[in-house]
Amino acid sequence: MARVVVDVMPKPEILDPQGQAVARALPRLGFTGISDVRQGKHFELEVDDSVDDETLAKIAEGFLSNPVIEDFTVRRIGA
Amino acid sequence: MKIGVITFPGTLDDIDAARAVRYAGAEPVALWHGDEDLRGVDAVVVPGGFSYGDYLRAGAIARFAPVMTPVVEAARGGMPVLGICNGFQILCEAGLLPGALLRNAGLHFVCRDQTLRVERTTTAWTGGYADGAEIVIPVKNMDGRFAAEKSTVDELEGEGRVVFRYVNGNPNGSLGEIAGISSADGRVVGLMPHPEHAIDALTGPSADGLGMFRSVLGSVAA
Repeated sequence: MARVVVDVMPKPEILDPQGQAVARALPRLGFTGISDVRQGKHFELEVDDSVDDETLAKIAEGFLSNPVIEDFTVRRIGA
Repeated sequence: MKIGVITFPGTLDDIDAARAVRYAGAEPVALWHGDEDLRGVDAVVVPGGFSYGDYLRAGAIARFAPVMTPVVEAARGGMPVLGICNGFQILCEAGLLPGALLRNAGLHFVCRDQTLRVERTTTAWTGGYADGAEIVIPVKNMDGRFAAEKSTVDELEGEGRVVFRYVNGNPNGSLGEIAGISSADGRVVGLMPHPEHAIDALTGPSADGLGMFRSVLGSVAA
């Protein structure tokens, strides 16, 4: 078994109003120096060793993300 | 004529969609998300709601429901399909329509009567409207902001596949004020606002939405 992390982020050109709302809240809370926030999704999958990278990429691209609006990265975390 | 109305877990507007089909003079046929075939219907409405709780992304899980396999197959063969709100999101996720629907730019759930301009009357679902007609039907959603790559939007505009456009204010930040689009052959149409809630002045802001359900009658007979 291994843990696989899939991070899904809105593409840079896609407006991210949720991230913007977070960014706007920070100065009100007294945190300064943060110029931008983008909000995405983080998935943790417990994966059998038999599952290859190609399959993981299919899961990430075909289901966990929508390639029209999102980019993804897949990482295996040590067994 | 039989028009199927799909119910997924979390669908909300199937009853109103079936009522709209009946008002238009067709026979509504209830389709279940687990159905493997379309029970002989001539067209399909994918209604609104929050299928599978909108988990992951709006429409992302519903597109894998068993009933979507015959819907996609039939749509590719020219059967008319109308996706309303969550149904539009499902058709985009299923690849029947291009683009995606994102969280409203204002981050609020928007529910109001909305004016739309009918930009294309050569689709299966808009043949009964006059070119450029303005209609008032409710819009009610959280994720209604149409987004697509610029090349896709240019293609939609260039081919006249923007079917409905918001007038008097864009409720969600959609690119180009796009409220609804069609497939290249005009048989599949998706829109965020709800024609099925505007079929009778007693229960809606107008009866303007009925035109979509009436239009499809002619398009199948023809």
